[in-house]
Amino acid sequence: MLSTYPGQPAVDHPVSAPIEHRFDPYVDNGGTLLSIAGDEFCVVAADTRQSEGYLINSRYVPKSVKLSDKTVISMGGCYADCLTLTKRIQQSMEWYHHAHGKTMSTAAVAQMLSIMLYQKRFFPFYSWCILGGLDEEGKGAVYTYDPVGSYERESCRCAGSASSLIQPFLDNQISFKNQETQRRNLSLEQVLRITKDSFTSATERDIYTGDYLEIFVITKNGVQVQKMDLKKD
Amino acid sequence: MFRNQYDNDISTWSPQGRLHQIEYALEAVKQGSASVGLRSNTHVVLLALKRSSGELASHQQKLFRIDSHVGIAIAGLVSDARVLSNFMRTECMKSKMMYDRPIPGSRLVSLIGDKAQVNTQNYGRRPYGVGLLVGSYDEGTGPHLYECLPNANCLEYYAISIGAKSQSAKTYLEKFAKDFGEADLDALVMHGLHALRETLQQDKELNLNNCAIGIVGKDHDWELIEGDRLNGYLDRLETGASTTGATAAGDLVQGEAMDTTEL
Repeated sequence: MLSTYPGQPAVDHPVSAPIEHRFDPYVDNGGTLLSIAGDEFCVVAADTRQSEGYLINSRYVPKSVKLSDKTVISMGGCYADCLTLTKRIQQSMEWYHHAHGKTMSTAAVAQMLSIMLYQKRFFPFYSWCILGGLDEEGKGAVYTYDPVGSYERESCRCAGSASSLIQPFLDNQISFKNQETQRRNLSLEQVLRITKDSFTSATERDIYTGDYLEIFVITKNGVQVQKMDLKKD
Repeated sequence: MFRNQYDNDISTWSPQGRLHQIEYALEAVKQGSASVGLRSNTHVVLLALKRSSGELASHQQKLFRIDSHVGIAIAGLVSDARVLSNFMRTECMKSKMMYDRPIPGSRLVSLIGDKAQVNTQNYGRRPYGVGLLVGSYDEGTGPHLYECLPNANCLEYYAISIGAKSQSAKTYLEKFAKDFGEADLDALVMHGLHALRETLQQDKELNLNNCAIGIVGKDHDWELIEGDRLNGYLDRLETGASTTGATAAGDLVQGEAMDTTEL
């Protein structure tokens, strides 16, 4: 029997070797998310397709959750981990409210999320998190995470399966990198246009992105949600 | 007479078949300042008289949010109330995590009863020294009001009060109980304030600092009303307006004289 055991070179005589059987606890449910911080607003957008490889689980499973009137979180990666992590954040925010009589600020949630992620350093949440909201001065804030809690505040970031397609576009159009155009503050309408164009373009090239786009807009008046169609192929 | 011999610990019965430690714990509840609860077909209102230890001190908080559909009013040891309310909050979150639905008030109150009972049977422990009035609104069955005491009894009520001079409030509540069911929220709150006023000492009155109102009900998440927001209600209390049977404000003086032994 030819050796076709994993990790073994192909040979033309019988071999016997131990095979390790494991259960892979992680699944990649695909999808893309982004967040852009403005002067007095923040936009958090994510597609709603959930997939496993070539199989589409659902065309509408939201990846973003409103945590408070000034904070929205979006997560990509393994949906089960994202869901449980979201519930734990919400519970911690509720305990904070019971203890202090007020809602957690965006910066406080940001720090807490980093701690929560690192607490599972040796069996991580497979979640690519982006936290978007307003800081205590009312300015837009975006916090980016890796699965074990490394985080940083930025002006814009995207994550997920099409992140390598969208991020360079955002760097150029939002942060005005690599061009001579003067940096200027963008209005909410301009940011929404760029967001929608990012997703429609990503949908064309990335098979895991598509179906619907859900956009959360956070301003001092609260959180509004828009939904628009993306190509479903 | 024989009380002193059989009252040293919880695990000793008296010859009369009583556990004196529990009765002493109930006494701690009776010594706390008054809390009142009443419900209609759509809402539960909890009210409390906040005590302060002196002129320069703050008034002790007596109403706590447990979940968006559950709130409590306490009378007795505040530290024990803190422990029980943290327990209730945890149970509410567990229920949402496990069953994806808010915990029914009756189930939550059973859990408190079971927890309180442990302290009435194990040697070396003491009963909780706090009475709770638990107000909840369940999607299926509507508003509920429960009284939870250190003896681990949890009973449901249309209206109840606990704490110092609570019998005076009960007298008012019994008198108008038939009006509560159909009352709108405003009228219900005014009834509650009238009942709470009965528990005040002779020369004291309700003001923005010593009073608090908690409301939960249909399409109405737990809301705490304190400080300036009480103005509207307290002003109407003065003029005796806005409850059906407003003339009762005049003939309630008898409440003081009827302060019989509480049990």
